[in-house]
Amino acid sequence: MINMKDVYKKYANGVVAANGLNVKIAPGEFVYVVGPSGAGKSTFIKMMYREEKPTSGEIYVDGTNLVTLKNREVPFVRRKIGVVFQDFKLLPKLTVYENVAFAMEVIEAPSDSIRDRVTEVLDLVGLKSKARMLPTELSGGEQQRVSIARSIVNRPKVVIADEPTGNLDPETSWGIMNVFKDINEQLGTTIVMATHNKDIVNRIRHRVIAIEGGLIVRDEAEGVYGYEI
Amino acid sequence: MKFRTIRRHFRESFKTLGRNGWMTFASVSAVTVTLLLVGVFVAIMLNLNKVADDLEHDVEMKVYVELAADEASTTALEDQIRETPGVAEVIYSSRDHELEQMISDFGDDLKLYEQSNPLREAFYVKAANPQQTAKVAQTIDEYPNTYEVVYGEGKVEKLFDFLNFGRTAGLVLILALLFTAMFLISNTIRITIVARKNEIGIMKLVGASNSFVRVPFVLEGIWMGILGSIIPILAVVFGYIEFYDYAEPRLRGEMIQILPPVPFLYIVSGLLFFMGIFIGIWGSFMSVRKFLKV
Repeated sequence: MINMKDVYKKYANGVVAANGLNVKIAPGEFVYVVGPSGAGKSTFIKMMYREEKPTSGEIYVDGTNLVTLKNREVPFVRRKIGVVFQDFKLLPKLTVYENVAFAMEVIEAPSDSIRDRVTEVLDLVGLKSKARMLPTELSGGEQQRVSIARSIVNRPKVVIADEPTGNLDPETSWGIMNVFKDINEQLGTTIVMATHNKDIVNRIRHRVIAIEGGLIVRDEAEGVYGYEI
Repeated sequence: MKFRTIRRHFRESFKTLGRNGWMTFASVSAVTVTLLLVGVFVAIMLNLNKVADDLEHDVEMKVYVELAADEASTTALEDQIRETPGVAEVIYSSRDHELEQMISDFGDDLKLYEQSNPLREAFYVKAANPQQTAKVAQTIDEYPNTYEVVYGEGKVEKLFDFLNFGRTAGLVLILALLFTAMFLISNTIRITIVARKNEIGIMKLVGASNSFVRVPFVLEGIWMGILGSIIPILAVVFGYIEFYDYAEPRLRGEMIQILPPVPFLYIVSGLLFFMGIFIGIWGSFMSVRKFLKV
């Protein structure tokens, strides 16, 4: 599903955020990406949905080479990848329903299928009753559920989450993790999640990729968090 | 782009107008104020231009015929003048007519000249392009049987200089005003779009193409332009009709006339309407472009 070969990334200010990354993620996998702040975790994640472009190397997501991809083709790839952000990134003036529907309007889906599908995913994340509310009227956990709903509404093969529980309290975080678990187990969606949440990584065991200094220092199936923070 | 997407963009552009209430109000007000200025100014300038034209077309030359010329050679001269390039109008005035004219201008004392009229026959000639009067006069002066050509030499040139200056100044002022208007409005629109910079970034992250983001903004710009042109159009139309009703009867019979409301007001309204739309499109297009590279 995701295949990185010899990926290097050097920023304009000289920081090397990826120093030869090689990784393969199979369809249907659930992968945690862990590591201290500034280790290159975010760059690793951002390169997967082409917010950042590597300096050299190859990145394939669902068969598409993200490195040679032309700028105007970027939107089409982003539609195949669901992305969930730490700060939710919801459109503030659109209702919950409209925020999720937006991702489908972008792919020019027919309006009756938008209606059915949006209702379906809002039901899946448990927000059907709040469809008409604005993001500001929701709690952080609820906003993150909207963002997850938006990321899966187009049935992507992979969902990439950048610290999705980073802004949430522990209680809410477990709820969010259950949503990801459902998506992974019921829909077979590949999930790549960068996280700092030790409890979650240690309790819900999945493959763990640890990044330090732009390198993969550990890659274990059923791994643990491994950092004392 | 599919039809349902276009429909979606239209729906969305109307919704955002309402959602961004105060921002919309700010942009529409900016359009309204500037178009009002432009409208009033254009109305004034076009009328001044008309007055200048009227003054110019009042300029004519008077061609005196040699006393010795007989009827045949006078007719020949008339034909010759008519065929001169740049001549628009030739009116013949007999000696008797000239004298009558003089008597009515200077009083009955001159009636004693009715016994032996000392005046010459004359042609009143207008040039097709009044600014060419001097040149045409020179040509006619060369013809046999022309005694003299008179056209207010010196004064006419000054008048033309003055009118040309007025026209150029008016044009420059209108252009400057238009430029300021565009700048002011696109700036206001830009501010409202900067406020939505994050939204544009999010849209792109969700996979929206540039045109998908841009089209609703541009449509919004069009609606704002149209909304902003309504008040200026109404103000100029009703204001001008009022003014015309006041001024037209007072100018009746004068050589200076103002432009009748039709088709003048259609032109000005159309101009304001399309300027509003153009400014709206241009303003949003330029502003969105900055934020699309996410």
